[in-house]
Amino acid sequence: MNPIHVRDLSITLGAVQILHGISFDVRAGECFGLVGESGSGKSTILRCLSLLMSSWQGEVLIGGENLRAMPLARRCKTVQMVFQDPYGSLHPRQSVRTTLSEPLRIHSMPDREARITRTMIDVGLPLAFLDRFPHQLSGGQRQRVAIARALILEPEILLLDEPTSALDVSVQAEILNLLSDLQARRGFTYIMVSHDLAVVDHMCDRFAVMQKGHLVETLTRGALTGIPEEQARHPYARELIDASIAYDRAM
Amino acid sequence: MMTDDLPKARSVPFAALAPLGRILRFLMRQPTSVFGLAVIALLVLAAIAAPLLATHAPYAQDLSNTLAPPSAQNWFGTDELGRDIWSRLVWGSRITLSIIALVTIVVGPIGLAVGTVAGYYGGRIDTVMMRITDIFLSFPSLILSLAFVAALGPNLRNAIIAIALTSWPPVARLARAETMTFRNEDYVSAARLQGASDLRIICKSIVPMCLPSVMIRLTLNMATVILTAAGLGFLGLGAQPPLPEWGAMIATGRRYMIDSWWLVTFPGVAILCVSLAFNLIGDGLRDALDPKQMNRR
Repeated sequence: MNPIHVRDLSITLGAVQILHGISFDVRAGECFGLVGESGSGKSTILRCLSLLMSSWQGEVLIGGENLRAMPLARRCKTVQMVFQDPYGSLHPRQSVRTTLSEPLRIHSMPDREARITRTMIDVGLPLAFLDRFPHQLSGGQRQRVAIARALILEPEILLLDEPTSALDVSVQAEILNLLSDLQARRGFTYIMVSHDLAVVDHMCDRFAVMQKGHLVETLTRGALTGIPEEQARHPYARELIDASIAYDRAM
Repeated sequence: MMTDDLPKARSVPFAALAPLGRILRFLMRQPTSVFGLAVIALLVLAAIAAPLLATHAPYAQDLSNTLAPPSAQNWFGTDELGRDIWSRLVWGSRITLSIIALVTIVVGPIGLAVGTVAGYYGGRIDTVMMRITDIFLSFPSLILSLAFVAALGPNLRNAIIAIALTSWPPVARLARAETMTFRNEDYVSAARLQGASDLRIICKSIVPMCLPSVMIRLTLNMATVILTAAGLGFLGLGAQPPLPEWGAMIATGRRYMIDSWWLVTFPGVAILCVSLAFNLIGDGLRDALDPKQMNRR
């Protein structure tokens, strides 16, 4: 298990700077949240960390090793990602079995069948679903498949890009419980993007508040539960948290 | 109990055939595509059973019986050398079918490969490949095939090569457009995160998504291929006499058209029916494979 250090992560596209020197640390085995309004750059950070976007400056260290210098095969087995929209993240023409066996085939890992079976059990899907196609599954089931796909290479770090925002409320709770359950059992490190502070409160030990490509403040869960010495200092972070608490009260 | 389902469900080859049956059933519900399927089935049957269906040998001349009108002896009449037109039409179906099959086999993979590679990589590779495609597209396909055949020498094999060379660009265009809508999807990103190579992503993630529209395009293309082949035959640059190619039959019959209408009418009707049939099937396939209807079936 390795900690993650992000140093001076920035992206400039033409004249526009999208991320401004983002730095944060994630301890091994913790769930770190990234919150902020739409367009603040939360998901972009995940795309950088997964190297889906590679035109960034700065340094990302995983257990002291530079992410960019990591060989592809090892990187795949270290960092995996769960996408926001389970309706778009599964290949519509591939059965669950194909979706799960492809990564194993790419890395020619042995005991394919056993690994697939174990992962299906881990994410709480019946094995009979292996031969279903995405359109035969509900949103929650699809997201479980997407999580299974991320787990199958046994990574240490999972990047969660608003994993529940496309799901309805009762299913959201199921998926969040599944994620925290998996973390408790397997000790994953999560970096989770969300705009829902209730989700962050439920999942994350610490979180960072983003605004317009800047990381304005890193806070602990106490800032949400009202522990006086852990309150947010930055005005934007305060505003965001107060608005969320006021909303919860109004509900 | 759940594990009991596993071995049965693993019979993948049959699972792969299931959508085919669904598509066929969908086509059977529409009268136009039923007509198309029936004509194509007849064509295939005629090609397979040509020796049985033909009443005469296709090359047998009977100079005492030239330009005879349709009769019980010669169902569709005879041509200027006394050859039986019905028999020549039946044998000609083999030529037509082999042209369609060969052109499609060549055009499909070339178009898909060029289109998906250009669409997936984008940038300079895309520009270069699409400009080459544009050059091919900027000539009318018959004129370009004429040029190729003239350069390669007029015979059936060169006609097939020429038609294939001129009919891949629309397929490539289509595959590229489709690829560009899929390449930024999350499932492609996921495949990339899993360490899939570009080739693997193109073959396993992108090609299956492009296949339905490419297949529709190829089917519609078959109608054009028949017409181009007939056109080349008519101009004397395709199949050479005495091969019973339909276009070539019209070309030789043209001289006797005024007095002996059957010389051009029957091959003409055959060309019309077959190319219409492929068009109708293509239309039917478009409805059957429409991604928006995918989930409803």
